[in-house]
Amino acid sequence: MSEIILSAKDVVKKFGNITAVDGISFDVKKGEIFAFLGPNGAGKSTTIKMLTTMLRPTSGLLKLAGHDVTTERDSARKSFGIVFQDPSLDEELSAVENMELHATLYRIPKKEQPQRIEEMLKLVELWDRKGSLIKTFSGGMRRRLEIARGLLHEPKVLFLDEPTLGLDTQTRNTMWRYVKKLSQEKGMTIFFTTHYLDEAEDVAETIAIIDHGKIVARGTTEELCKQTETKSLEEAYLKLTGKEIREESTNNDGLNFKMSLRNSRLR
Amino acid sequence: MDLNIIYVLWLRQIRRYYRSGSRLLGTLGQPILLLLALGYGIGAIYRRAGEGNYIQFLVPGVITQTVLLSGIFWGIIILQDKRFGFLSELLVAPVSRLKILIGSALGGATISILQGILVFAIAFVFGFRPYHWINVPLAFAILVFMCLALTSFGAGIASSVDDFQGFQGINNLIVLPMFFLSGALYPLNNVPTFLKIITTINPVSYMVDSLRFLLANQTHFGLGKDLIVMSITFVVAIAFAVDRFNKVQM
Ligand SMILES: Nc1ncnc2c1ncn2[C@@H]1O[C@H](COP(=O)(O)OP(=O)(O)OP(=O)(O)O)[C@@H](O)[C@H]1O
Ligand SMILES: [Mg+2]
Repeated sequence: MSEIILSAKDVVKKFGNITAVDGISFDVKKGEIFAFLGPNGAGKSTTIKMLTTMLRPTSGLLKLAGHDVTTERDSARKSFGIVFQDPSLDEELSAVENMELHATLYRIPKKEQPQRIEEMLKLVELWDRKGSLIKTFSGGMRRRLEIARGLLHEPKVLFLDEPTLGLDTQTRNTMWRYVKKLSQEKGMTIFFTTHYLDEAEDVAETIAIIDHGKIVARGTTEELCKQTETKSLEEAYLKLTGKEIREESTNNDGLNFKMSLRNSRLR
Repeated sequence: MDLNIIYVLWLRQIRRYYRSGSRLLGTLGQPILLLLALGYGIGAIYRRAGEGNYIQFLVPGVITQTVLLSGIFWGIIILQDKRFGFLSELLVAPVSRLKILIGSALGGATISILQGILVFAIAFVFGFRPYHWINVPLAFAILVFMCLALTSFGAGIASSVDDFQGFQGINNLIVLPMFFLSGALYPLNNVPTFLKIITTINPVSYMVDSLRFLLANQTHFGLGKDLIVMSITFVVAIAFAVDRFNKVQM
């Protein structure tokens, strides 16, 4: 059971003279829950966008379910589902209409659509709101619907880019319960990004810490602590990313980091 | 199977349209205003100048204006999709961009066609009558052709700009001049040379002229020339849309 489903090799992405991703390599095993943990601007979303064919890498090789992501886009696209960092629902359509559109785009046979959509909407507890327009949904409901939509075509890999941003603690917990369940029951691989330390620690089997476009460490929480000779993921993270310096500064990074620290302490 | 995909993308546009009643009213308000203000306001002078019935002359221009605005403004949906993220969902799906563009643009064109027909119907209230009913189906065919070209143009513009201000700027700089400098509102026979040059290179002039020929039996360029220019415009607009849409990045 150690089949590699997702791999990156020496991947670089430059935007003009900004190097967003600076030569990262990693493997994710089938069925694994893998977290990309890093501060704002570390290159998490850029990596996900490259893995999901939204951006072409400047150099390097990306493989997903046996397909080269840059040359076999359509096959790669059928193999994953994604919840983007930013909202991506059609607000003027209802929940079911958003799901139907997705089902057709992914060529799910018309006959199977109603049943699968019902199953997914029930999973995220939105079945009773199926006919409501998205513009009447709360942030948490939208997020749940996006997750249901990402799962509709039964992808092999599910990408979640900061899926719990802006969700309350209860919704976060329920969401992660679904995701863990899916990973266990369907052997689905989960790749998610976060800057909440607790989330990475609680949910992920493997954590890769990314900073300034580079993976600075990877492993389980225990392995990371061992590598850095620290006692908690928080300490390991601080040691690796040196963020106590940035925390003092008044820029956004510092602010967000403070928030994420506070969040991780709340636990 | 893939016709299904084009169909659902088309359906999405139609659904969004009938859910926004304000958009329908907003786009029909202008033609009615034009018919009222110009049709009645200028009609009397026009007749005294010996040019005949101004409403007959004006209606093809107003229909063109309606589909011009509706086609280009439809592009705002692409811009919205880009700004509010839904385009990510479309672009990451295992469907070619061309299909996404075709399905969506057909939806936009359908809406424009409906609006053109509505204005045609409203014009009757203002006393407009087609010169030969027999030409009306042909005028309809031309309307469809125009709507496809103009919607593509709108999609191309929306794919090229990043925000609503940019889109508004394009509207003021390109779309409004294209309408006002087209012979939609006045005959081109006696205009000054510079205006004549502009109207001759403006593809909208030919759209107006073809509809005017078929609906009111008046023409400036002749239907043959109209059709040639419109065909070229059609191809260019579609190439523009495909090219720009292919380059959109989220
Ligand atoms: N389209 C783009 N053009 C130019 N620079 C970009 C673009 N997208 C990302 N960047 C830059 O690349 C770097 C990495 O951005 P990315 O969005 O991957 O970070 P992130 O780790 O997801 O951060 P966050 O936690 O804030 O979401 C940043 O410096 C960002 O400014
Ligand atoms: Mg991000």
